[in-house]
Amino acid sequence: MNRGTLTILNVLAMAALGLFVWWAEGSLDGYKIQILNLIAVNIILALSLNLIYGFTGMFSLGHAGFMAIGAYVCSILILTPDQKDTLFIIGGAAQWVQDAQAPFVVATLAGGLVAALFGFIIGFPLLRLGDDYLGIATLGFAEIVRVAATNMTSVTNGALGFKGIPAHANLWWNFGWCLVTLYVIVRLLKSNTGNVLKAIRDDETAAKAMGVNVFRMKLLSFTVGSFFAGIGGALLASLLTTIDPKMFLFTLTFNVLMIVVTGGLGSLTGSVLAGIGITVLLEWLRVVENPVYIGDFELAGIPGMRMVVFSLALIVVILFRREGLMGMREFSWQAVGARLGLGAKPGSGKGGVAQ
Amino acid sequence: MTPEMFIQHALNSLTLGSLYALIAIGYTMVYGILRLINFAHSEIFMLGAYFVFWGVSLFSLPWPLAVAASIVFTAGLGIMVDRIAYRPLRDAPRISALISSIGVSFFLQNVAIVFFQAIPRGVYRPEWMEQPWIVGAVRILPITLFVPVLSVLFMLGLLYIVYRTKTGLGMRAISKDIETSYLMGVNVNRVIAITFGIGSALAAASGIMWALRYPQIQPMMGTIPGFKAFIAAVFGGIGSIQGAVVGGVVLGFIEIMTVAFFPDLAGYRDAFAFVLLIGVLLFKPTGLFGARVEDKV
Repeated sequence: MNRGTLTILNVLAMAALGLFVWWAEGSLDGYKIQILNLIAVNIILALSLNLIYGFTGMFSLGHAGFMAIGAYVCSILILTPDQKDTLFIIGGAAQWVQDAQAPFVVATLAGGLVAALFGFIIGFPLLRLGDDYLGIATLGFAEIVRVAATNMTSVTNGALGFKGIPAHANLWWNFGWCLVTLYVIVRLLKSNTGNVLKAIRDDETAAKAMGVNVFRMKLLSFTVGSFFAGIGGALLASLLTTIDPKMFLFTLTFNVLMIVVTGGLGSLTGSVLAGIGITVLLEWLRVVENPVYIGDFELAGIPGMRMVVFSLALIVVILFRREGLMGMREFSWQAVGARLGLGAKPGSGKGGVAQ
Repeated sequence: MTPEMFIQHALNSLTLGSLYALIAIGYTMVYGILRLINFAHSEIFMLGAYFVFWGVSLFSLPWPLAVAASIVFTAGLGIMVDRIAYRPLRDAPRISALISSIGVSFFLQNVAIVFFQAIPRGVYRPEWMEQPWIVGAVRILPITLFVPVLSVLFMLGLLYIVYRTKTGLGMRAISKDIETSYLMGVNVNRVIAITFGIGSALAAASGIMWALRYPQIQPMMGTIPGFKAFIAAVFGGIGSIQGAVVGGVVLGFIEIMTVAFFPDLAGYRDAFAFVLLIGVLLFKPTGLFGARVEDKV
């Protein structure tokens, strides 16, 4: 398949997505739209973690921390001064928090950029650590962010958090950012840098011996990953319209990790598919926690059951299908073409990145 | 700060530190032989406390019997976790077992939420533990001294097992090279099961003492002490039992003394350990007692 055909196919796919979003916005109810929004945000988060962990092999458990940074920065920028006056009931807001104002797109970007900055700064000391030490240290970073968010009352409003954040994040923004994330990460991975990242994942010592500046590459991947985690957090804040430090517990990172592992470490297609599947599953599992009525008889809902099923699912996946849904395979137009018998060599899409 | 207050703080630090140390030993033993951060360890700690609560309130067992039963049950639970969630992954990349352990941790925590509800509960304390000893202006609850003494005894017992028994020899062999241990006729799975049993029993013991010291239990109680104990283990040099104990005690002192001397920082107390962790990893990645491992080419 030549370049032109691929471009046309990509444009068609994007148009189809646009059409779907337009249709969904007009005819689906609020609950379903909310799930679609969550799907988009979860895909962004999963793609960014997959870049860090699945493609570069850095076991990071700090996603909740970067998301918190993105969410707080974005919220501070889009909350109106009046809202801040009423929100900060203890001691008032710091002057710069009170004054900060920006349109939503700038606020989201700022959230991502500040998260990336933090990723860059903590990457310097932490990325020298080996896999599980890195995991526990990034987890520590996320925990520090949470403790800081609880205690820096004049910036974050402490444990109360923010309420009534303007709900700018609609389907267009979320899926738009989702496409941007996908595009940037695919471009990055298809470039020579992507090959280097995968080489580091497969054998760091060998990559070093080949003259790769391993540290610089890791830092690049980690910073880009943090950026999109921050974007995801920013979108989530505006989507849920309320944030507080308790939201950014380890559970949040766990959900993203679950998507990445189920989809397949090192498969962007897997992250997208698992992002859809697991978001829907998580919503669907809420049924387990609701009371069930059989005639007049009420079967009490079981709080916590959702996460029991969910964590069990993760254990089953890791025990019985370690490579996840997609392993390391990717969707590509060539493979689809081959499947449809359009002349491309079968298997030519294997191992590549989505076109 | 008066000397009496200082002594009071020092005793509290020692108690907290010893509790961290006991949990840290469990991490360090499992990490030492399997190179696995056993995230489920903090849930074993929590369940240890709950089993006593259950034994006393539901089966009206006498308190000492409930404690003994809890320790036996959690040891069994630890062995079961290894059998179901870790043993099938022995040949898998190390990260798989780690993810599995995160899954187990969430599973146990949420099972506890389902069964016990998320609300905190008070625990039964034997009467003699409620009576403080008063020395001058210092008030000492028996548990404050009890914990450090028990920790030292446990540590000595453990060192005996590791360095003087055949099982201990097996543990040390596996920690060096698991494949060769198989070839040398070490019953690897049995030794690992024993390790999990001992580590879990210690976690239960510390969970029970934690509940006595801070008399409230809830399903999430294990998370923060678990992380801090892991940090203590890293600080002391993960894989080393003495290191875990020293790390735990140091961490206890840092936490209590910082809050005592700088009350303004009290809100940040849960972050101290993580700052210490990042600092330690930067300057001495293998901890105080740890051996440096070179990358194999």
